[in-house]
Amino acid sequence: MLTENKGWIHNRRPVMAGSQWELPSELCCRPMAFVALTGLDVVYNAVHRAIWDAFCANRRADRVPISFKVLPGDHEYPKCRTKRTSYEWYIPKGILKTSWMNKHLNLVPALVVLFYELDWDDAQWKEKQSECATKVEIVRTSLQGRNTKVAVVLIQKKTPLPPGEDLVASERAAALCNACDLSGKSLFVLPHTDHLVGYIIRLENAFYEHAQTYYYTEIRRVKSHKEFLNKTTHQLLFVRHQFKIAFFSELKQDTQNALKYYRTAYSLIHELRAHETNMLEIKTLAGFINYKICRLCFQHNTPLDAIAQFRKHVDLCKKKIGSPELAFEHAAWMSKQFQSFGELFDEAIKLGLTAIQTQNPGFYYQQAACYSQERKQLAQQLCQAGKSSSEPLDIQPGGLDFYGQRHWRQGHQSIDPPDAEKEKMGILALQIKERDAPHSELIIALLSNAVAQFKKYKCPRMKSHLMVQMGEEYYHAKDYSKAIKLLDYVMCDYRSERWWGLLTAILTTALRCAYLMASIKDYIIYCMELLGRASNLKEEQKSRIEKNLLKVLMNEVPDAEPECDSSSLTTARCLWGDRMALTASTELTIEVQDYIPFIQCRAKFLAPSFHVDQAVTLLVFLRADCPHPVSFNKLSVYLSNQEYNQWCVVSSGEESMRLWPGKSKSFSFSFVAKTEDVGKKIEVTGIEVMLGRECGRCVFLTWRGAGGDVASAHEALQASRSCQGRDRSNEAPKEVDWDSLAMQPCTMIMPRVPKISVQLSHDPPALISEMYHIGITVHSQENAVAKDVKLTAGLKPGQDANLSQSTHVTLDGLSVCDDAAPALLPDVPLGDLKPGQKLEKSVYVKCMTTGLRVFLFHVAYTINTEVGEQQLLCKCHKDETVTMETMFPFEVSLKFMSTKFEPLEQVVVDIPFLLMADIQSSSPWPLLLASSSLQMLTISSNTPQAPSQLQGVVLQTGECATECFCLRCPPLKSSSSKTIAAGQYLLSWRRKSSTEDSPLTQTAIPLPLVSLDSIPLYIYADLPSFGRVRESLSVRYHIQNRTALVQEVEMAVEPSDAFMFSGLKQVRLRILPGSEQQMLYNYYPLMAGYQTLPQLNISLPRCPSSNTHTLRRFLPQRIFVKPQGRQLDAPSIAAA
Amino acid sequence: MAVCIAVIAKENYPLYIRCVPVQNELKFHYTVHTSLDVVEEKISSAGKSIGDQRELYLGLLYPTEDYKVYGFVTNTKVKFVIVVDSSNTSLRDNEIRSMFRKLHNSFTDVMCNPFHIPGDTIKSKAFDSIVSGMMVQAG
Repeated sequence: MLTENKGWIHNRRPVMAGSQWELPSELCCRPMAFVALTGLDVVYNAVHRAIWDAFCANRRADRVPISFKVLPGDHEYPKCRTKRTSYEWYIPKGILKTSWMNKHLNLVPALVVLFYELDWDDAQWKEKQSECATKVEIVRTSLQGRNTKVAVVLIQKKTPLPPGEDLVASERAAALCNACDLSGKSLFVLPHTDHLVGYIIRLENAFYEHAQTYYYTEIRRVKSHKEFLNKTTHQLLFVRHQFKIAFFSELKQDTQNALKYYRTAYSLIHELRAHETNMLEIKTLAGFINYKICRLCFQHNTPLDAIAQFRKHVDLCKKKIGSPELAFEHAAWMSKQFQSFGELFDEAIKLGLTAIQTQNPGFYYQQAACYSQERKQLAQQLCQAGKSSSEPLDIQPGGLDFYGQRHWRQGHQSIDPPDAEKEKMGILALQIKERDAPHSELIIALLSNAVAQFKKYKCPRMKSHLMVQMGEEYYHAKDYSKAIKLLDYVMCDYRSERWWGLLTAILTTALRCAYLMASIKDYIIYCMELLGRASNLKEEQKSRIEKNLLKVLMNEVPDAEPECDSSSLTTARCLWGDRMALTASTELTIEVQDYIPFIQCRAKFLAPSFHVDQAVTLLVFLRADCPHPVSFNKLSVYLSNQEYNQWCVVSSGEESMRLWPGKSKSFSFSFVAKTEDVGKKIEVTGIEVMLGRECGRCVFLTWRGAGGDVASAHEALQASRSCQGRDRSNEAPKEVDWDSLAMQPCTMIMPRVPKISVQLSHDPPALISEMYHIGITVHSQENAVAKDVKLTAGLKPGQDANLSQSTHVTLDGLSVCDDAAPALLPDVPLGDLKPGQKLEKSVYVKCMTTGLRVFLFHVAYTINTEVGEQQLLCKCHKDETVTMETMFPFEVSLKFMSTKFEPLEQVVVDIPFLLMADIQSSSPWPLLLASSSLQMLTISSNTPQAPSQLQGVVLQTGECATECFCLRCPPLKSSSSKTIAAGQYLLSWRRKSSTEDSPLTQTAIPLPLVSLDSIPLYIYADLPSFGRVRESLSVRYHIQNRTALVQEVEMAVEPSDAFMFSGLKQVRLRILPGSEQQMLYNYYPLMAGYQTLPQLNISLPRCPSSNTHTLRRFLPQRIFVKPQGRQLDAPSIAAA
Repeated sequence: MAVCIAVIAKENYPLYIRCVPVQNELKFHYTVHTSLDVVEEKISSAGKSIGDQRELYLGLLYPTEDYKVYGFVTNTKVKFVIVVDSSNTSLRDNEIRSMFRKLHNSFTDVMCNPFHIPGDTIKSKAFDSIVSGMMVQAG
């Protein structure tokens, strides 16, 4: 809630002090037993003061409900009338005396306590005892005829002994009781010592018991009257007695019974014969009793009972209007009923009751306000009479004997008024009094109470409605500025919820307020909205309002609004006159976006984007919804870049600046965007329409953004729904369809479209590590010289970071670039480009990993162009991107093999072995292998400086090249690591298609790890490559000792079916360290074909780790034996 | 019979309001508008409970001194409000329900009209006559 709106939630409790409708305070309070304390001098005696303070301070809920009062000892209590012995001739004058409740609450005590300072061992005991007795007697006399109890409290200085121990005390106590005619239960001792509060609490509990007994006897007494009553003449007494019993029960704190008796009283009161003369009395009492019942129900935590009782009460009394001339009294009374119930309900909620949305005190306050409004209307109708000539009757509140009676015929109970003339005078006096009642104030206070409640119980619309009512009431009370404030506050709710009927009604009231207080700005705003499409006023009304609006714009006084209070009109005219004289030249700016003004405005850029060399076109559409044409003098559009504002203004007083009702008009603006705005948005930030003239009154209507208002979003939605499937082609072409006119508040300024072509030529995919060539051809189709052409080439930014690490771009195609080359070459100057000229450029890309890459080729240049008459230096650029795959050119597999071409797991030191390299091309393009070499670390080549076997080999896709190296591993210096890195295999290659001078790419392939082994004994055989059947073939076995020890070798040759042989079949020999033994055998093959050689069994007794099996792998296993050649004779050849 | 019948859009603006007597129109508009507080509250509290089968009939929204206001919400959150004179005690809950059902059927027919744009105010003779049949006859 706005802070300034706090103003209307003021005095929550209506100012009704002294109003006859206010419930008496003695009715509304909680009745408590009344105990009078006498003999206390609270002014001069400190002890007495302390006692009194202990009685009245800290009376919390846990202490007994007693209201104490200090009275002088000789206080005169209200006289008790002599008890009636018979009711036979008694005719009651009314239901309840106005003084009765107060009498029993505050005047007639249930108990009078006499405080007296006296110790048991007082020296002057006799004298003091008789003085005390006298004082008791005085009190008794004053209470003649009442059942009020009397008690004596002795204030003592000494702490009493436990009962029974102090014989003097009990004796003297008995004597004192006797002298004062008191029962022992009514004599108390109050030692004035430390524990005063404790004693006081015990005392008051005792007093409370006495008081309860008193009220009990009172109830019995009232009940006892019943048997004397008869139903014809004593009907009023039935009610009175039930009420009294209930009230005494309340004093006795017996609320259950009190409720019961009040209910009886309530049903009895409706049995009374009601007629015009006693209607007010019946209603007043019914209201009292109803109040008591509801209050007790809430107290007993049975709120539903309270609500039911109240509903019953209202239903019973609603129609009991009474005298029609005083009908406003009934409305006032009804209002008060609702108000006090609302207050009871509210109070119960504060004490912990929970209310709900549909049942909360707000409804009762609202209804109370409703009846107050009715009261006001009735008062306006009925209180037309002028001041009566004769002296008005005295009708001051108070001064009545009985509740709810008329001053001029108190105590009168007959059906017809006793004096018709006096009756008339009385009614007139009441009417005159009613005329001065602050009706609006009451209504507003009740409404603001209701608003507070509905706010609490989540009823925003109810709250708004009540605020409208408050606003209207302020209007009636002629507090126009408050009225406008309130109405303004709720108007937007109705506007946003699109309740046009209600909005129009509120606006009409607000317009009247604005007129009457001559608030020009408010007046114009309300006029504008009432003329707009949200208002459902009739055409003639709108026409009248528009004329008034035009008058205000011409700085003239507008005509008065209809239904205005005629007395206010003259003041309003004066005010307007002053305003016109004072503010002749002021300008007013009105933000209309949050209203629904009668001029609608929508702006749109013709396109969502414009190229910088195009003129930006902006259309502004205006439409008037008012009944007569309206003209304006200036239309200006504000853009986000203020430099353009100068192009978007129309002003002058031409015919074209006139808006016709229901027609839309468009205004077109165009301007050339600045080159620095390329890539930026241009936005409409505001639109301003000027109504009126500079010489008269200027009103600027402003829209934020591209126009539109509160209702337009919904209208656009509806229009989009209706467009679906509707053919609108047959509409008049020049008239835009307003509903489907969409706003376009911003446009993008795009760079000029380049007129150059960028072509890329390359052969994808790229191969890893190669200098991949991309040819760029830039061809200018511009009409002018493209200056300052710059090329940016390379990996498109925004890809995986790893890619930029493994991609290198260079312009130099003659050598392989290193890792320092960047991934993106920015701004390579290419010079100027004449029209039609072509320019070529090569870029080399080296990719170190496989994968997809996006490359960007960005050609930027500047060029002079003409837009309209303006010369413009435009920056243009053209982007080409290409997505490229990078792959391995070939797959190389490297294998170690023994000299027997068997795969090797281990390499034996100093024994030759083979390295096989298989190169399989996976490139789609033919590859030229330029050279290959091995880069050894520990191993040496057996064939140094042999040319590469692969030199000049061209591999097509899928083809494989193989190369073989014979290697030997020298003995290791440190034998600690058994596996060693052998080195790498280097391959130089290029694409077959590339030029001769293009650089070779060298690819290094690491050799597999080798595990080394050393053997003590090495054996190898010298044997021919083949044998021939039955031809001797000699085999020489060389056995080398590789250890530093003398080795003993046992050697045996196993017999074989395929061979006969000569030589040592079994031998044992010694080989010195580092030396060699040779064994010569002559084998004589017996069979042709592959034959297994005789097995050689070797064992080393000193070195059991190397046996025949380990050694045998060095030896050839088989040999091919050719069949025996036949002697060829010449004739057979000739025959053949 | 009803003294006011209103159809309120999902966004809480009126699609149709008819009331007798016509001179009290503004008051009825306020009554219907304020009753939306209770409707909103009921819808939001019903949304929390389990089960998709929501009771469309909301029952008595709130009693004022003079009128009883009943509510009904379709599955598309279109609200129907019927205002009945408080003195009309003969009207039972069942009858109110059947009034709403009739209104709902007629409303569905209006929506089925291909020329009707959902969200526009209802202009239909058939709907008018159904509503008239449920209103207190003026005069």
